Amino acid sequence: MKQDNTEDSNAYGRREFLVRASAAAVIAATATAGGLMSHVKDVPNPDRRSHNRESEFAFRNYQQSDLGKIMAIVRNCAERRKSVGLAFDALGGIGKFVSRGDVVLLKPNIAFASPPRFSATTHPDLLEALIMLCKDAGASEVRITDNPINDPDNCFRLSGLAEVARRYNVKLIAPHGKYFKNITLPNARLIKNWPVLAKPFEGVTRVFGVSPVKDHTRSGASLSMKNWYGLLGGRRNIFHQDISGIIVELAGMIQPTAVVLDGTSTMMTNGPTGGSGADLKPTNTMILSTDMVAADAYATTMLLERDLGAVPWIEKAQDLGIGTADWKSLSPVFCDAASQESGKV
Amino acid sequence: MKIQWGRRISQIVFFLLFIWFSVVLNFGEQWWQWRGWPVNWILQLDPLVALGTVLSTGHLFGGLLWALPVVLLTLLCGRVFCGWICPFGAMHQFFGWIGSLFLRIRQLGERNRYQKWQVLKYYVLLAMLGLALCALFGAGSLQTGLLDPIPLATRSVNLILIPFFEHVFRFNLNANPRYYPGSGFIGVVLIGLLAVNLWIPRFFCRFLCPTGALLGLLSRFSLLRLTKAAVCKPCGLCERHCEGACSPSDKMRFSECVLCCNCMPGRCPANVLQYSTESPTQGEIKSVNLERRGILMVLGSTALAATLPTAGTLTANTHHFNPNCIRPPGSLPEKNFLDRCVKCGQCIRICPTNCLVPSDIKLGIEALWTPVMNFRIGTSGCQLNCTACSHVCPTAAIRPLILEEKLGQGTYADKGPIRVGTAFVDKGRCLPWANGRPCIVCQENCPVTPKAIHVETMYRPCSDFVYQISECIDGRVTLREMLGLKCNLGTGDYWLALAENRQKKWRILSSDDVNVIEIDGKIKMEAGTLVCLLVKLEAPVVNFNSCIGCGVCEHECPVSGLRAIRVTSENESRDPKNSITPEGVS
Repeated sequence: MKQDNTEDSNAYGRREFLVRASAAAVIAATATAGGLMSHVKDVPNPDRRSHNRESEFAFRNYQQSDLGKIMAIVRNCAERRKSVGLAFDALGGIGKFVSRGDVVLLKPNIAFASPPRFSATTHPDLLEALIMLCKDAGASEVRITDNPINDPDNCFRLSGLAEVARRYNVKLIAPHGKYFKNITLPNARLIKNWPVLAKPFEGVTRVFGVSPVKDHTRSGASLSMKNWYGLLGGRRNIFHQDISGIIVELAGMIQPTAVVLDGTSTMMTNGPTGGSGADLKPTNTMILSTDMVAADAYATTMLLERDLGAVPWIEKAQDLGIGTADWKSLSPVFCDAASQESGKV
Repeated sequence: MKIQWGRRISQIVFFLLFIWFSVVLNFGEQWWQWRGWPVNWILQLDPLVALGTVLSTGHLFGGLLWALPVVLLTLLCGRVFCGWICPFGAMHQFFGWIGSLFLRIRQLGERNRYQKWQVLKYYVLLAMLGLALCALFGAGSLQTGLLDPIPLATRSVNLILIPFFEHVFRFNLNANPRYYPGSGFIGVVLIGLLAVNLWIPRFFCRFLCPTGALLGLLSRFSLLRLTKAAVCKPCGLCERHCEGACSPSDKMRFSECVLCCNCMPGRCPANVLQYSTESPTQGEIKSVNLERRGILMVLGSTALAATLPTAGTLTANTHHFNPNCIRPPGSLPEKNFLDRCVKCGQCIRICPTNCLVPSDIKLGIEALWTPVMNFRIGTSGCQLNCTACSHVCPTAAIRPLILEEKLGQGTYADKGPIRVGTAFVDKGRCLPWANGRPCIVCQENCPVTPKAIHVETMYRPCSDFVYQISECIDGRVTLREMLGLKCNLGTGDYWLALAENRQKKWRILSSDDVNVIEIDGKIKMEAGTLVCLLVKLEAPVVNFNSCIGCGVCEHECPVSGLRAIRVTSENESRDPKNSITPEGVS
């Protein structure tokens, strides 16, 4: 075969010529057509972030409309399971917040891979009690989610949350890229076309924010409003340049059923990571409120013993009508666990 | 049942076990996660891992004692490890078999003829053991891991295959998808070595494998061997599927035989090939034919290669340490680390946050594929309460740590925590320092107690602008000039101050971004008063004596390109030489 080819190499026949010519014609035609069809004169820049893009996602209103603004404060109780139960009892029981068939989402603050004893994360006892309360009230499903700062897996395991979720067969949703959707808030300065942890909210009817009371250098305090930072995705740390602004926008983004603010042990210094018993003060308080501004105001002044001026975002949230910084105006139900008496002030 | 089926089953079992140990090597409490599975067992069986580290360090660490049974087995039966156990060998055999499907039967034997280049692997072994021995005397480092089949295969499965299959089939064994920058070359090596089997079966085993060479040298003395009981008319059937290319049809080279048993009963029509203690009638070639010239050349270049680092051409273990060489907590000093690391990637795979990655050659050629910390990627720096990597290291390049020791608590309180490096603030990039913008994300996230980052509070002018007040009633200030600043003054971080006395200042509550400002304080100012804008900044400062170099700050820093706070290896506790404080040296 090879020899034949070399003999023929100087001249080729008509058949060979036709084959070559038609192959060349096909290639030339394909190249020309492809080149012309794909040709453009200018290339639009697809990466230019457009803030006008429509929101892919919106949170529902998770409030129980007939409750209004109410607040319960349980004092002198170091046992979280008990104090959170007393708090709900003081406001008429969990049944007022959760109805049969509700899908409840708990949003704890599990930002750090830190064991429960340092109170840098929502305590597993508290979550356990809340899960049981919700299930008792007939919730069809309870979910827990957070987008922590430290490694999610580590955070969930070390904080004791993973163990609780497994024991009560509750869905614990770790953040994955595909769970985020871009959200744009009306009149927002910061949360524009920004990813939030949306997937866990699918089908949810009730949402509870569950957070510890912590010191926080940049924002003054890390309480129930700042807890929603854990719903943001992306390089959310850039928002620390306007920490008050982001906290207020987050508080305006979501209307939870209620917030549970755990002041059983308050992180007075070295927040929000803590990591030492020396940072903690036993304040033995549990706050339950449908008004997160009031809850945060109470925790700032009474537990962290700080001036409201140190946490500008509380008054900013009040100005936007998210709640009231004057927690007394809600006539909170106080409950002293030591004497088991409760009454309005 | 034919003996070949016994071999195949053994190969499949060990291969699956090998893959399984890599699969379970992820952090968690499920049965399919790392909870007491002997994930290093196959690595520990590898006699070259044991011999290499014994030569480079002078002692045999922990489970590496498992190599002893393999050595004894080889002395008794020959290279059972290669043909029956080695999962990398099984992979090569499989691809070699695929290659055989494209050939005619007559061509099969040609691929399996002994080639004199098979002697290359003995030179590879010699070079690696020579380097290891040099390391014991202070020059060079352990490099067996480059080609040692079990570490090579472990590294490839851990860092290339599992992430690849996770990506393709959209599952995650770890909580988050894995990303290993610079691991591409590991994949290139793996694909190259597997693909070449299509032309020459078990190419790696025959020409390159230093472990095979080591076992080949041992098998010279083995009691049981493959022998020919009678002289036969060479029909070539025995070589058709011979894995080791050990020429059973002619004078047998038992050191090349991997005991694949493909020449055994059922294959040999004359049935003359036996596995016995008898000596062969046709004779065998016992020596491996190393040339004196070759040995001298290899030893010479080995010595040269070993002295290169001390000559200062490579960086890692010379007099100037590489600040980017941040090793995981528990790592031995760099020289001792490199004398032990076999580049298997076990630590990298177990790391729950993916902050441990294989190094490229930037830390020195000898540090290729060793674990190094990269705090920019992964989920969140090195976790304070995690010691996982130290417990999976098969050779104790990373010493097993208990949490108490890592955190410097309890009986370790006087020693302090284990530091892998120190964070430095880059004031030219840090938002508060360089840009006058509040931030301190790093301070917030510092997990050390008390925090290793504290803040310096200061009030700094936002710009050179001085404004004249047009009107000021009850805290509502109207300026004559436009503000002209592209920032939101109402964040609570901005203050209005008198231009001539900045101590006199009021917090800005809100602004219309044009020329009206609301301030905190019901004061009155005369029209024409000169004022300026201040920003209240808290700027991060690292305390070198308490920073442990965990890199959480670097991971979280919002300056997303080159971070404004970065960890380098200064002050790492494994080597007091690298300390920058007098307290750290002591």
